[in-house]
This record gives sequence, structure tokens and C-alpha cells, in this order.
Amino acid sequence: MTPFKTLTSIPAALRIMNIDTDMIIPKQFLRTIKRTGLAAGLFYEMRFDEQGNKKPDFILHREPYTQSTILIAGENFGCGSSREHAPWALLDFGIRCIIAPSYSDIFFNNCFKNGILPIVLPQAQVEELMNRADDKQDITINLPDQKIVAGNTVYDFDIDAFRKHCLINGLDDIGLTLEKETFISTYEENRSKERPWV
Amino acid sequence: MPKTLFEKIWDAHVVHHANDGTCVIYIDRHLVHEVTSPQAFEGLRMAGRPVRRPENTLAVADHNVPTTNRNLGISDPESKLQIETLEENVKEFGITYFGMNDKRQGIVHIIGPEQGFTQPGMTIVCGDSHTSTHGAFGALAFGIGTSEVEHVLATQTLIQKPAKTMRITVDGTLSAGVTAKDVVLHIIGLIGTAGGTGYVIEYAGSVIRDLSMEGRMTVCNMTIEGGARAGLIAPDDKTFAYIKGRPMAPSGENWDKAVAWWKTLPTDEGAVFDKEIHINAADIAPSVTWGTSPQDVLPITGIVPNPDDEPDTNKKAAIIRALDYMGLTAGTKLTDIPVDKVFIGSCTNGRIEDLREVARVAEGKKVAATVQAMIVPGSGLVKAQAEAEGLDKILLAAGFEWREPGCSLCLGMNEDKLNAGERCASTSNRNFEGRQGRGARTHLLSPAMAAAAAITGKLTDIREMK
Ligand code: SF4
Repeated sequence: MTPFKTLTSIPAALRIMNIDTDMIIPKQFLRTIKRTGLAAGLFYEMRFDEQGNKKPDFILHREPYTQSTILIAGENFGCGSSREHAPWALLDFGIRCIIAPSYSDIFFNNCFKNGILPIVLPQAQVEELMNRADDKQDITINLPDQKIVAGNTVYDFDIDAFRKHCLINGLDDIGLTLEKETFISTYEENRSKERPWV
Repeated sequence: MPKTLFEKIWDAHVVHHANDGTCVIYIDRHLVHEVTSPQAFEGLRMAGRPVRRPENTLAVADHNVPTTNRNLGISDPESKLQIETLEENVKEFGITYFGMNDKRQGIVHIIGPEQGFTQPGMTIVCGDSHTSTHGAFGALAFGIGTSEVEHVLATQTLIQKPAKTMRITVDGTLSAGVTAKDVVLHIIGLIGTAGGTGYVIEYAGSVIRDLSMEGRMTVCNMTIEGGARAGLIAPDDKTFAYIKGRPMAPSGENWDKAVAWWKTLPTDEGAVFDKEIHINAADIAPSVTWGTSPQDVLPITGIVPNPDDEPDTNKKAAIIRALDYMGLTAGTKLTDIPVDKVFIGSCTNGRIEDLREVARVAEGKKVAATVQAMIVPGSGLVKAQAEAEGLDKILLAAGFEWREPGCSLCLGMNEDKLNAGERCASTSNRNFEGRQGRGARTHLLSPAMAAAAAITGKLTDIREMK
């Protein structure tokens, strides 16, 4: 996983609530057995017409937003299915950070596993940042300091300490858990005594 | 200290508790399907890691499988490769697998309970959001992403923090025509699709206790549509009776030990929830969705809402977008909306009780000439049971299609999908834009209401059906 420290970009604002995982990556792209190459399907129905032609007015097709690595969206972003194809598609497209008032739990969790930083900010601050994005002004995310620098304004954000540590260092969860092997085996021994039917 | 059902299950599964509150929790059961697992197995292979507990893992192909002419195999090359990949993976890692031609094959959330793989007090995960279904048994069951699938395969654990707890109590008596599906649609309409975010919801009250296990599964299944991590219902004698004798259920001395423990699980008197909601059963009507989010729900007697009545600008924009997508005009009576297709199936409503209900409504009647109605049983065993009861004959005579089990038109990954602009009355769980096909319009409702829509050709109040 690529470590995440700071990121500067002109964000792209998507003013829609409840952007669900079917919108982020529709089903026809879920047949892959790979994690890569999913950018082609990102926001497919919003980005392409029925003949597969690019819709030029979609935000991610307009300059300078074709280069955005930060996405700002409405509340309950990523609701719906557990498909990790959603963060994979965002990542493959180049998005490393999302800012929204709220997320679905599973999507939120999936982001961290892929080096994407999902930031929660109050609605009013999200709207300020969206307006700034519309004005094509860049912002800088500083994860170690938990700050977003937008011109003269600085926004603080919260993040779980363990997740922050893993993101900054690009750590693999499985490796960390396997260091607790003795705890797992002890648990298993007790489980087979206390709940032998399991 | 009195504890909730959630807290009891949680406490019984903590392997390691770090100072910052992060826990490693043990996972008792892991369900695997073809769509969200290939990259996880690939990860194991690259790291040279085995599956830690193959005997606690069960795999099935459900999302991509065809629901007709199975003898011809899978025509789409990518779908075919995805299923073949699962078949190679289960062989390499030694996991029990129900292939497409196995009688026990079906939707992952139907087969778990059906086999007795799902049991009270367990932690159950699957790379699928509707894993919440298994909460009907008093198991802590939730969906995970593919990275976590790999984590569970490798370690049989997950890194988690405890959820907040919410209890939704539904008391009173349900009115005529109101089913478990209407109860859960009503709840989502009430709390909203993000209302449960961060919570595990326990359902309680006389209405929930009186539901069959099938009905309880329908309620827990759609818990994820309310944004919650998981739904839970206290296990009781109905639960134990459902599990007893199933192939993967405990037996003999272990059965007695298991039941004794299961009986200790229900929430203690006086336990405190972070949030409590009370619902009066009499307020729940036969319900249907009009928009593109499961929270866009109304009683069938309602009318399509007017965006101008919504003061919040973001919400107003969402209504305008939904009406445009759904091709609906504000003020239209819901019962005046014609449908082109009817889909009966999915992990929400593809169980035997659902098919019985559809047959009861459809018996001696005919599907409207303008409607294509398909029934996709949730599993091979559900299908066989329905056929043993003669339901297939009633349904075929009424003009329904009788198909092979799988996810099918719930998400349209196989060839079952809607064309742009087509309108479907569906017993599934999501009415998102594009869910059932690009430009497809979905109305969520109960099996009985779906059957009624098939017959009249439009959304119909089940109470008006003779
Ligand atoms: S039936 Fe639908 S919701 Fe259920 S597992 Fe299949 S695709 Fe998911």
C-alpha cells in the first residue's frame, strides 16, 4: 500500500447525496478477477452515454478536474454494497482522498485498506470546500497534522489513530494481525472447549 | 452489568484488545462467493498464506449464474472465468463449495441458514453487504470488503471497534396485508438510509417475535439499507427449531450444550442501548418505493411526492433527480403506475414462505399480458421444496416464469436485466439508479404485492385483491 502523507490538488465537487456503490462502479465491471483496471468503469453511467461516448460536461471530464486526486461529495457517500471495486476504481482513476459529511461504514473501511483517505467534515465546511473547488482553487491535505489547508482557511479533521498510523506508513493489516498469533491460537483453544459445536 | 445481545456476542469474540480500543475479533463463519473473493485468494497466494480455518468457510457461486438453461454453461466469458477462478481457489485452499449444478447451490445468504451453517451467538462475515441477513438467528453478521475477506481467510479474525447499539421495538399487531418486508421498508423510511450508520440494530417487540424465521431474515437482510452494520434478533425456540437437524447444525450432546448457551444470549433486562426507537405496528401499511433509494418509501395508498414540498435544498435536488430517473410525475397515485416486469426472488424474499405467499395471491389468476414475471428461488433446496408443494404448477399456470436459483435480477450481473426505461416491481432490496440495468426503474415491495402487480399490470394495494 502506498503511504499517505500529504496531498495537494484542485478537488472535484460532486453535489449528490447518497452516491451508492452501483453508481461508483456498476455491476458489469464486477466480473473482473483483478484489482486494477477499474478506472474505466468509475461513475460509468454519469461519465458515458449509452453508446459509450464520454459525456464532456461530467465533472471528471472537465479541466482542471481531470487531474483531481480529491473528490468532495454529499452525505452518505458509498452506501450500498460491500464491493471493494468502488475504492479500487477510485484509486485506479487517481483519487486518493474523499471529503464528505458522512459515508457508509463498509465503504469507509474499504478506503483505508487501499490507501484512500476518507475525511468527514460538517456539511457547511464541505460546501465551502465545494465552492472553492468550483473556483478551481487547490487545497492541501496534511494527514500527519490532520489538517486541510484551503488558502487562508485551515480545517481540522478527526481520524482514528490506528487507521492514521496504517495509512501514513502504508501498513498491511494482515501482517499486523499475524503478529498476534499467540492470542489467536489461545482463543481457538478456549473456543473449542467452551463452544465445542462451533 | 446487564448486557445487550450485541455486547454478549462481541465480548465472546474478542481475541485482543488494544489500548486505543481497537480489537481483534474472532470470526466463526465465513461465507464466500465468486464476485468479491478472487482478489483475496490471489493475495493469499502471493503472500504464501493458507486459509486458517477452511472448515469454517463455505463457498458458493450465486451472483453470475444463469437462471435458465444451465446445461449450456455460462455464456459470458468474464462471468465464466470468475466462477472457474472460485472453483480453482476452493480446490487449492480446501474449502467446501456448492457449484452451479449442486442441489444445495443458491444465494449465499439463503444457503447459510438452510444448511445450519448460521447459528446464534456466532460472528459471521461475507464479502457482501446483505450478510446482515444472518442476524435473524442472533448472530453478529456483517458484510466486509475484499481486503477483509483476505484478512479473515488468512487469520480467521478482523480488526474492529465495537459498534453503537440501537434497539427498534415494533409492538402491536400488523394490519392485513402487512408483511416483514413492509415492516423493514417502513423502518428504513423512518430512519433513512444513513440512520443506522455506526450502529448494530437489535429488533425487538411482539411483531418481531411473531415473525417466522423467514420474515426475520427479510428484516435483518434490509438492515444494511438503513446504513447499520448489522441487524440482530434474539434467538428463541423458533430459532432453535429452525436450526435443529440441518446438515451443519450441532447434534447429540453438542446440540444440548449449544442450546444452553444460545439461551443465555438475549439482551438482559435493564441493558442500555445508545438509541431506542419504538414503532407501533398499526402505523405500518403495505409499502412500496417510488424513488432511487430504499428510504423513498410510501404506503401503497400514497402519491408520488412533490419536490416543491421539500424545504432542504439537497433533499429537494435528490427528489428531482429521482423523479426524473424513475419517469414519474409528482402527484401520481402509486396505484396508477404500470409495471413491465415483476421479479420475485433475492436474499430478501427468495425463501419458501415468500413463494407460498406469491402462489396464494396468484392461484387461479393470470399474469397481465403486458407483464413479464419471473420467479427465481433463493436456492436449489427452496426450488425443490416449492415443487414438492406444487407451487411451481400454480405459478406456471398463472404465467410466471419458474427459474433456477441465484441472484439474478436483484443486480443483473448475469443475463437477467431490465432494459432502459423498463419498470419493475421487485421483491429485492435496492432501487438504486442502474441497479437492475442501465436506466431501469425499480419499485421495491413485498412478495404478495409483487404478485398482485404481476396480475393487474400495475402497482396494487394487496388489500384490494380479491
Ligand atoms: S440476491 Fe441481491 S442482494 Fe442478495 S446477495 Fe445476491 S445480489 Fe446481493
